[in-house]
Amino acid sequence: MEYEAVIGLEVHVQIKAESKIFTRCKAGFGFEPNTLVDPVVMGLPGALPVMNKKALDGVIKAGLALNCTIPDVCKWDRKNYFYPDSPNNYQITQYDQPICEGGLVEIELSGDSRAAMGEHKKIQLTRIHLENDVGKLNHFTEDSLVDYNRAGTSLMEIVTEPDMHSGDEAFAFLTAVRQIMVYCGISDCDMEKGQMRADANISVRPVGQKELGSKIELKNLNSITGVKNGIEYEIKRQTRELKKGNTITQATWRWDADQGRTESMREKEDAHDYRYLPDPDLMPVRIDDEWKNWIRAEIPELPFDKQRRFIEAYDLPYTITSVLVPDRELSEYFEAAAKRSPKMAQAIGNYVTNDVLRELSETGQSLAECKVTAEHLLSLVNAVEKGTITKQIGKDVFLEMFKSGELADAVIERKGLKPNFDEDQVKVWCQEAIDENPRPVDDFKAGNEKALNALLGPVMKKSRGKANPQIVNQLLRELIS
Amino acid sequence: MSEELYYKSASELSGLLEKGEVSSLELTRSIIGRTKAVEDRVAAFNSYDEADALAQAEASDQRRSTGNISGPLDGIPVGIKDILAVKDQPLTCSSKMLENFISPYDATCIQKLKQSGAVLWGRLNMDEFAMGSSTENSATHPTSNPWNLNCVPGGSSGGSAAAVAAGEAVLTLGSDTGGSIRQPASHCGVVGLKPTYGRVSRFGLAAFASSLDQVGPMARSVEDASLLLQAISGHDLRDSTSFRKEVPDFSKSLESLKGKKWKLGLPKEYFEKASDSAAMEPVQKAIDFYRELGCEIKEVSLPHTEYAVATYYIIATAEASSNLARYDGIRYTHRAANFDPKDSVDVYNQSRAEGFGEEVKRRIILGTYVLSSGYYDAYYLKAQKARTLIRQDFEKAYEEVDALLTPTSPFPAFEKGAKMEDPLSMYLSDIYTISANLAGIPGLSLPCGYSNGMPVGLQILGKPFQEDEMLAIGQAFESAHDFKNQHPEL
Repeated sequence: MEYEAVIGLEVHVQIKAESKIFTRCKAGFGFEPNTLVDPVVMGLPGALPVMNKKALDGVIKAGLALNCTIPDVCKWDRKNYFYPDSPNNYQITQYDQPICEGGLVEIELSGDSRAAMGEHKKIQLTRIHLENDVGKLNHFTEDSLVDYNRAGTSLMEIVTEPDMHSGDEAFAFLTAVRQIMVYCGISDCDMEKGQMRADANISVRPVGQKELGSKIELKNLNSITGVKNGIEYEIKRQTRELKKGNTITQATWRWDADQGRTESMREKEDAHDYRYLPDPDLMPVRIDDEWKNWIRAEIPELPFDKQRRFIEAYDLPYTITSVLVPDRELSEYFEAAAKRSPKMAQAIGNYVTNDVLRELSETGQSLAECKVTAEHLLSLVNAVEKGTITKQIGKDVFLEMFKSGELADAVIERKGLKPNFDEDQVKVWCQEAIDENPRPVDDFKAGNEKALNALLGPVMKKSRGKANPQIVNQLLRELIS
Repeated sequence: MSEELYYKSASELSGLLEKGEVSSLELTRSIIGRTKAVEDRVAAFNSYDEADALAQAEASDQRRSTGNISGPLDGIPVGIKDILAVKDQPLTCSSKMLENFISPYDATCIQKLKQSGAVLWGRLNMDEFAMGSSTENSATHPTSNPWNLNCVPGGSSGGSAAAVAAGEAVLTLGSDTGGSIRQPASHCGVVGLKPTYGRVSRFGLAAFASSLDQVGPMARSVEDASLLLQAISGHDLRDSTSFRKEVPDFSKSLESLKGKKWKLGLPKEYFEKASDSAAMEPVQKAIDFYRELGCEIKEVSLPHTEYAVATYYIIATAEASSNLARYDGIRYTHRAANFDPKDSVDVYNQSRAEGFGEEVKRRIILGTYVLSSGYYDAYYLKAQKARTLIRQDFEKAYEEVDALLTPTSPFPAFEKGAKMEDPLSMYLSDIYTISANLAGIPGLSLPCGYSNGMPVGLQILGKPFQEDEMLAIGQAFESAHDFKNQHPEL
């Protein structure tokens, strides 16, 4: 029998905001334990939550970017359960009236090669709601200690329909969501800092069967690759069990990335009753069109739309766009130059994706620190285009520009890279090359166009790279004939 | 004169302070002296900090000497129910759970009170976490009714009521979730006011039932209550349920509304089942008084009254079960010692078993039950619907009348222990007061007479955010009687 997997994801994304969700207390990562706390975060007697509008804005923005419906009114509920990382022993979340309902996320699966665009699909969302994050437990041999710094951080939960069927799709989904969140400035989605976390619900059923199989909730997926690997392992495991005639019991399992396997954490807590009740401390929130429109105007062009436009408007190859587009800053950097000289877009794209990225990574600089601006890039591609310098020299000029922050012309002038010899001198070098290399000359005469390259090299060498290859090419042809 | 200072009204004391005839230090010493003299019998306080109070009084006198006083309450000792957070002071809620808790922050009403220059005085006893009607559910000790030491002072703000009645504070703050200000006020012969829900910030008020709780003043006169209400009212950014609404100048409205002929309603459902006719007599006389004053008295109906107690005990306990979950033995609460917990659940179970009293446990269990899956719709959801109907009853009544007159409590203060074995009959103490909390409307209790020597309260229920009218109606009665100058013999 053939089996297929059905996967749904619950993705938690911390919303980037100065303060926590219900108080002005600072939010952050990497601080001394229990320093980002106040009476509200600690759940002291009498402390009350007050909604941080930035958190609401973030979820509305995410919802609009992920094609959700934003109902006019949303409300807050308490999810009651005891756990030491939860100061109130209830989480403030949204039970039946979330901020966002439905939604569609466009994803791209990997193509046949790095140069080929992969298949695009749309994944259905169930909802996005807002809630508070909890603290962090640290277990030691004798004790467990709690750090409440993370408690009260604004957290949105993006819930998908059981709409994915492979680890690759889940990988592509998380990649797409992360890019959109970063593009929109909603979150940095740094999984190492816990800014994005995912749990996967995985079930397997015979192909053709309508009802879903018993699901395993997979936790401890600490990276996007971890999600993919964990899901793939779990699909194989469940399929193997079913093929053996065993049944799957609904339960929570965890992914052990070091061992590369999943293991059971606990049987599904059927007994767990969260006793949801509307939070009497927080009023329902009305989100009107004005609010939505204001947020909508803040949403930038989304990654896949931008990629399609780059390919179309600038005639860029897929590979370049797939480097440029995932990084909003980089793509904007590229476009600042490209839109002023669309014909040179590909050359600009090459400089950005090769030279700029290489130097940034080697020097550890950020793009914002880079001295080579759009203006600089244009000066460089124009110098090459006009034939002032060769492509080869262009690489060196770029390095100088990167260091000094000069425009290309200034570097060329200062370094004396401009060809300062006349055509006669080049002619002499060409003649020398012809005389020294009789065989390629014969080949060329015999009709082998490519043979000319064998002469081009020596000429360029004699000119120490300064000769314009187009002119050399022309002179060689003239001299041979 | 000094020995009587503690029984003077805040408004009179304010004048004396202004004229320099008395200093805050003298007044505060008088209050401290009185407290020490009667506290062995009344036991209104959980704790007090003499040095701190004297320092505040000195600071007030200092301000006055430089002409910088902050208002009419500057220098006046105000007792605080032990449920409000005062920075660096204990906050016990009369529970073993919080026996060692010192608040690191001020409640908003406390902050406002400090800004008004009042001398914050002591931590007043209450039923544990404000759950009760007799102050017998305090983990520390019961408080006595100053009018009869064998009787309860009412509750849950029993300490606040008894302290005012006994002259241990000029004014006090209480909190009212189902009658916890008004019922003890009536039992102790003082004035107690529950403001409209949202009038006073709840930030820093340890929550019992968040959608019902309000902080309010207790005093020996209507005018004094209005002074304290003035100081603590107003919108607060730290409480999403506090209302953005202009706070009237209550002293001015007391003046301007003087002599107005009110339309007053008598909810027939409240009078049909009057259980104690002796207690009803003073209330009837008060009604007659208003009639003679030229007010229009008419019967109105609040048809859903019979559902109020059940509705209240579902909503209040549901919210309480969630609100009190934070007292878990993990961070700042009582943690069970001398046992080796297997896990955190063990810590919760043991600490909560030791830390909470019987009544609190009863309500947590009740609230947990009504929120359980499968029961939510039948209890909590239905109670919310009933609550809407109860609120609508009042809206309709207020189309016809300015305010309602009712008894505050079905009976005067009862003897200690009389109802402890019968929680249901204790719950029925609140029968006239809980509807105001469910509807969010303001309520005032003021002394209107005695039954067998024990004070009886008249309750005036006002329109939302019209505490000024309610106060004016109360003052019309008060000024024609001498109850505010009647003090228990101690």
